[in-house]
Amino acid sequence: MDALLRTTGVDKYFGGLAAVSAFNIDVHAGEIVGLIGPNGAGKTTSFNLITGVYTPTSGRIQFEGKDIAGMKPHAITRLGVARTFQNIRLFKEMSVLDNILVAEHMRMGTNLLEATLRLPSYMRKERHVHERARALLDEVGLSAHEQASATSLPYGKQRRLEIARALATEPKLLFLDEPAAGMNPQESVELMNFILKIRDQFKLTIVLIEHHMQVVMGVCKRMYVLDYGVTIAQGTPEEIQNNPAVIEAYLGVG
Amino acid sequence: MNPGLINTGKKLPMSRNQMLTFAAACIGLALLFVFDATFDSFTMQIFKLCAINIILALSLNLINGFTGLFSLGHAGFMAVGAYTCAILTMSPEQKEVNYVLQPIVPWLAHVQLPFLPGLLIGGFLAGFIGWLLGVISLRLRDDYLAIATLGFSEIIRVLLTNAQTVTNGALGLKGLPRFTTMWWAWGSAILITVFLVFLIKSSYGRAFKSIRDNEIAAESMGVDVFGMKVLSFTISSFLAGIAGGLLAHYLTTIDPKQFIFLKTFDILLIVVLGGVGSITGSVIAAIAVTISMEALRFLDGPLNLGFVATTGIPGLRMVFFSALLMVVVIYRQQGLMGKAEFSWDALARIGLLPRRGPKSGKGGR
Amino acid sequence: MDFQTFLQQFVNALSLGSLYALIAIGYTMVYGILRLINFAHGDIFMVGGYLAFYGVSTFLMPWWLAVIVAIALTTIFGVGLERVAYRPLRDSPRISIMISAIGASFLLENLAIVLFDARPKAFHVPEFFATNFILGGVHIASVSLVIPVVTAVILAVLLWVVHSTRVGMAMRAVSTDIEAARLMAIDVDRIVSITFAIGSALAAIGGIMYALKYPRLEPLMGIMPGLKCFIAAVIGGIGSIGGAVLGGLLLGIIELMTVAFLPELTGYKDAFAFVLLIVVLLVKPTGLLGKNQGEKV
Repeated sequence: MDALLRTTGVDKYFGGLAAVSAFNIDVHAGEIVGLIGPNGAGKTTSFNLITGVYTPTSGRIQFEGKDIAGMKPHAITRLGVARTFQNIRLFKEMSVLDNILVAEHMRMGTNLLEATLRLPSYMRKERHVHERARALLDEVGLSAHEQASATSLPYGKQRRLEIARALATEPKLLFLDEPAAGMNPQESVELMNFILKIRDQFKLTIVLIEHHMQVVMGVCKRMYVLDYGVTIAQGTPEEIQNNPAVIEAYLGVG
Repeated sequence: MNPGLINTGKKLPMSRNQMLTFAAACIGLALLFVFDATFDSFTMQIFKLCAINIILALSLNLINGFTGLFSLGHAGFMAVGAYTCAILTMSPEQKEVNYVLQPIVPWLAHVQLPFLPGLLIGGFLAGFIGWLLGVISLRLRDDYLAIATLGFSEIIRVLLTNAQTVTNGALGLKGLPRFTTMWWAWGSAILITVFLVFLIKSSYGRAFKSIRDNEIAAESMGVDVFGMKVLSFTISSFLAGIAGGLLAHYLTTIDPKQFIFLKTFDILLIVVLGGVGSITGSVIAAIAVTISMEALRFLDGPLNLGFVATTGIPGLRMVFFSALLMVVVIYRQQGLMGKAEFSWDALARIGLLPRRGPKSGKGGR
Repeated sequence: MDFQTFLQQFVNALSLGSLYALIAIGYTMVYGILRLINFAHGDIFMVGGYLAFYGVSTFLMPWWLAVIVAIALTTIFGVGLERVAYRPLRDSPRISIMISAIGASFLLENLAIVLFDARPKAFHVPEFFATNFILGGVHIASVSLVIPVVTAVILAVLLWVVHSTRVGMAMRAVSTDIEAARLMAIDVDRIVSITFAIGSALAAIGGIMYALKYPRLEPLMGIMPGLKCFIAAVIGGIGSIGGAVLGGLLLGIIELMTVAFLPELTGYKDAFAFVLLIVVLLVKPTGLLGKNQGEKV
C-alpha cells in the first residue's frame, strides 16, 4: 500500500546549521506514529516542514502522492493535514466556539457579499457550521464552555480545544506536538484514550511528538527517533527501547 | 444595531432583542429628523463631523483592531478619496477658477459627475491603491508595516502637492459643492456601521480576528492569512476613501496639508480611546472626541481661572488630547470598551434592562 | 555639471548624511534593545534645538555652554520619557507601546506649540560656524565640515563603548535576549536608561547641528528628519550602529544629489526616503547590514 505521507531526503538548514537532515518517514493510513528525541533534535522543525511553516532546503514531501514541499500552510491544511502546537496557540480573545468556527471558514465557500448582506444562502451555511462546531465541542467534552474565552480554560482543556480545532479542519493526517506536555500521569492516560478514540472516530492518521514515554509507548505502534536532526532509529516501541543508539542519544556517551 | 445572529430554536415571531433594536432604530431615525430641523448650522457642522469621524475610526479599527495590523496610512487613503471625489464633481467653471497656476489636464476639465458616483469612484480608487499597497507591504511585520504605510501616506501627499495639473498642487481646491448634508453623512455612517457589524460577526470577521490573535495558528486552520489581510486592508482603504470624499464636500476646501500623517494620529486617538477592537467603542469615542474637540476650543482662547489668566494659548486643546491618549495607553489600555460590543443582553446583565424574554441565540458579547 | 559643483553638492550632502546618521543611531539603539520605534525621537531632536536656542537668547549663555546645557537637559528628558511613557508598558503588546510612542510624539509636538510658540524662531549661528571658506574653488560653510567630523568622533567613541566596555557588553546582551540578560543579573532597566540617554544626547547634538545648518526652529521640525532617520536606520539594518550610519549617509547623499542633478524632482524630495524604504523592505527587509530574525514556532 502507498504511504499517506512520505518524506524523502528532506533537509532544512538555518544559516549554515542543519536543523533536520535526510529526514525520511513513511506514514500509512490509520497509523499512530511517534516522533521522539532529545530537545533540539529537530522534531518540531520536521512538523513545521511538513505543515508548510518552513520550506525545506531540499527533499520531497508527498501527501497522498502529491508533492507539498514549499506549499503555504493554509493550502496544506486544505488538503487534509492539521496540527497542534507545542506552546498552545489558541485564538486568545475569541470564544471557544469561535476558535472552532475559524477552522470552518475555508470550507464554507462563502463570499463577502452574501456574508455581509446575510443572504439566506449564507445564513444556512452559518447555521450548518455552528451545528458542526457544537457537535465537535460536545464530542470533546467542551460544550459547557462554548462562550468562555479560550484562554480562560484550564490547561488540559486548552490542549483539548486545540485538538478539537484541528479536527474541525477535517484532516486525514493530524500532527500533535507534545500533547501531553505539562500533564500529570492521570491526565496523560486520559489523553491517550482520547487520542485513540478520535483516531477511530474520525478515521485519522496521527503523528505525534512526545516526551512522556508512557504516552508514546502506549499509543504508537511505530516510531522514529531523531537526534541532532538525523533519524537514528525507527521501529516498534520494543525495538526502540533496546536500540543502543537510542539509549546513547538519551543518556549521552558514557 | 444588534442583529440577533442565529436563533438555534424555532423561529419566533420577533425576539425581545429584535423588538428593542427595531424600536431603537425608529427612535434614532426620528432623532435625525428632529436634529435636521432644529440644529443651527454651527451645531449641524459638528454633528456631521461626528458621522465622518465614525467612518474613519471604524475603518482604522477594522485593520488595527480586528485584523491586528498596525497601519498608519489612513490620511493617504482619505486624501485619495477626497481629491478624486472633489475633482470629479466640480463644475468646469469652478475648475477654471481654481486652477490658476496651470490649467487642469484636458481629460478632467469637463468631467462633472453627481456626488454618489464621485464618492464611490473615490472609494474604489482608494480601495484599489490600498489593495496594491497591501499586496506589496503586508508581508512585513507589525512595526515595519506601520512605518511603510506611514511612508506611503506621505508619498501620496507629496504627489498631491506636485501634480499641479491634476490636483492644483499646494493651492488646493476651493469652493467644492456642499454635498455632504446631514443625511449623506449619517446615512453613510449608519450603513457602514451596519456593514462592519455584519462583517465582523461573519465568517470573515472570525478569520480576521484569528489572524490578530495568532497568525501562525490561523494559517494552520486553513485561513489564507495573506489574502485575508489584503482583503481587510482593501476594505479599510475603501471606507477611508469614502470618508475622505464626504470630508471634502463637508469642508468644501481641501489642500494636501490637511492630509499629513498627523491626521492619522487624530483617528488613532479615537480608536484607542474607544477600544482597539470594538465597533461600539469607536462609534462612541468618535462622537465624544468630535464634540469635545469643539467644546474644548475655549482652551485655545484667553483663559481666566481666577488665580491665573492667559491671553490665549493656541494648541492647548491638542495638548489635552495628546495627554489623554498617553494616559489611556498607559493606565487603561483597553480604552472605553476593550473588545466588548454593545448588545441588549449586555445591557440587561449590568442591570439597565430587566432580565427576561426568550433566550435569543447569540446576541453578542 | 562640472566637478566643482559636484564637489560642492557632495560636501553638502555628506554633512546632511552625517546628521541623519547621528539621529539614526538613536533609533537603531532603542529599537535594538526594546524593539520599539521611538516615534518621539524626532521630537527629542527638536527639544535639543530649542533648549540651545533659549540658552543663548533667554539665559544669555555663551554658545558652547548653551550647547552643553542643552545636551545635558535633553538627555535627562529622554531618560525621563522612557520612564514615564515606555517602561510601564514594557510587558504589554507591542502595539500598545508603539501607540504610547506615537502619543508621546504627539504630546511633545503640541506642547512645543504651546510653550515655544508655533511661529518659527531664528536660531543664532555663532560666527565660528557661519564662516565660509574656499577650498579648491569650492565654497564650504564651516558647519558642513564640523558636522561630519563631530559625527565621526561620536561614532568612534560609541563603537568603543558598545564593543569594549562592560556597559556595552550588557547592552549587546539585552538586545540579544532581554530575559536571558535579566537572568544573568544584568540590570535591564539601567541599560535601557543608558541607551535612551545616549540616543537622546545624540538627538540633541543632531538637533543643534541641524539648527546650525538650517537656522530656523519650529515645533514640528523634528517630524520629517525623525521619520527619515528611522528610515535610514531600517535601510542600514535596524539594530546595527554601522548600518544606521551607512543608511544615514546614503539617504542624505541620495536626497541632495538627486535634487542637484535632477532639479525638476525638487518637489518630491521628501518622498525619496519613503520610496527607498518601501523598495528596501521589499528587496531586503532586514536592511543592508541587518540580521534575520524569524518568529519561533
